[in-house]
Amino acid sequence: MPTTAIADKEIQVDAEGFMTEYDEWDEDLARVLASNIGIGELTEVHWSVINFLRADYVERGETPTLRRVSTTGGIPTKELFVLFPKKPARKMAYVAGLPKPVGCI
Amino acid sequence: MQRILILGAGTAGTMAANHLRKELGSEYEITIVDQDETHYYQPGFLFIPFGTYQPSDVVKPTADFLRKGISYVNGEVASLEPTANTVLLADGRTFGYDHLIIATGTHPTLGETPGLDSDEYGKTVHDFFSLESAVALQEALESFKEGRLVVSLIEMPIKCPVAPLEFAFLAEAHFTDLGIRDKVEIVYVTPMSSVFTKPVASEQLGDMFEQRGIHLEPDFYLERVDAEAKMLVSYDEREVPYDLLVTVPINMGASFVGAAGIGDELNHVRVDPGNFQSPDYPNIFALGDAASLPTSKAGSVAHFAMDTFVPNFVDYLRGLPMKHEFDGHANCYIETGHDKAMLIDFNYKTQPLPGKYPVPGIGPFSLLEESKVNHRGKLAFRWMYWNLLLPGRHLPVSSEMSMAGKDTDLA
Repeated sequence: MPTTAIADKEIQVDAEGFMTEYDEWDEDLARVLASNIGIGELTEVHWSVINFLRADYVERGETPTLRRVSTTGGIPTKELFVLFPKKPARKMAYVAGLPKPVGCI
Repeated sequence: MQRILILGAGTAGTMAANHLRKELGSEYEITIVDQDETHYYQPGFLFIPFGTYQPSDVVKPTADFLRKGISYVNGEVASLEPTANTVLLADGRTFGYDHLIIATGTHPTLGETPGLDSDEYGKTVHDFFSLESAVALQEALESFKEGRLVVSLIEMPIKCPVAPLEFAFLAEAHFTDLGIRDKVEIVYVTPMSSVFTKPVASEQLGDMFEQRGIHLEPDFYLERVDAEAKMLVSYDEREVPYDLLVTVPINMGASFVGAAGIGDELNHVRVDPGNFQSPDYPNIFALGDAASLPTSKAGSVAHFAMDTFVPNFVDYLRGLPMKHEFDGHANCYIETGHDKAMLIDFNYKTQPLPGKYPVPGIGPFSLLEESKVNHRGKLAFRWMYWNLLLPGRHLPVSSEMSMAGKDTDLA
């Protein structure tokens, strides 16, 4: 696995830059990751999405889907597209330091 | 007498019933409930719109596939009360159980997408996940001579995740054979960022759409269908117009699963991916598409799962620890048109890789590569399904995924 330095920290990432070590993540990193993908400021709603994602990952062992974030996390899909434009599933996983959501092939 | 109740006589439920009946003595009563007296060979639905299969090729009586000593009950499950160990049917009958196996599958649910369930369904809007809808689509394709065909995958997971791809490839071949390919535009709409998302498959197959002139509309999360304007509208207000729409509606498990509190947000039963046991109720198991598993929803998964599920379940019945762990093995043909197909083989941990299957270095099937032999394999599989797989006979392939025969340098 490649590593990269973000905010003076050496972190492990996959080929597309998604973090691969859950415990290497912290809130300062999240702000840098967000700005990497053009999200200037993380609002309270952004944080509630991020916190849900990380808590759910611990419980379920996989990155939650958009549907799960809306039905269980309580943030409507429409709003996720405003918070993390165009590719919310990938972007929110990236900022939350979780593996990229995947298909089968 | 211990009562084993199986809900659903599809691929997983039928196989489980037959295997368990062979393994268990008469001190175990096995009852299987299904609302449909017809067993459908679901992989065959894909071929009906193109006239390759007729409806009679994909149907047989459900009861014909159940071994002697299995009680078949024709009825629809209304509710499950896991704390009382009872299942209530829609006609009012109640069944108690000591051990429950849920195999009620996953089903296209039109109502989950605003505008999908309109008067246009079966006319300009279609799917091919039931016999009726596949037949309606066959009629629509027959009269479709020019315009814009849009194939829309709405949300994962779906049963047979490669089916929409196969449909797009077969449609391309169909219009080419008719000599009207230049009059038909084919657009593939998906919520994923690319056609293939796993690295090696993406590298090997990334240009399949380009070669066939199929236009890709990625990262498209469908919010609603405007059936009057013939338009797909995404959550971020993108619009894709169509003349003929072929969708894969959102797939959901049975509603009694959600109501009983044992499912995920799509009513697929939460289970241990290694042994299919519910974390909530140790006497409840879920098999096949009904289970929430990090692998494909496919008949092959249900089939490969039997070799670990059956001995585990027998041990469980005897109060012993379950020793076998399912690896998530899936094996799927992908029809690519012009009498060719690809084959993919993967599990929870290993992505699809190129190579030969089932005999390493020999095949006859090629992994992640198109061939005519693969296509003949897919067609031959229907016979194996009816005659070997459902009755619970052994197939000449390993249930555990093998790395032999795979090109691991690419992984």
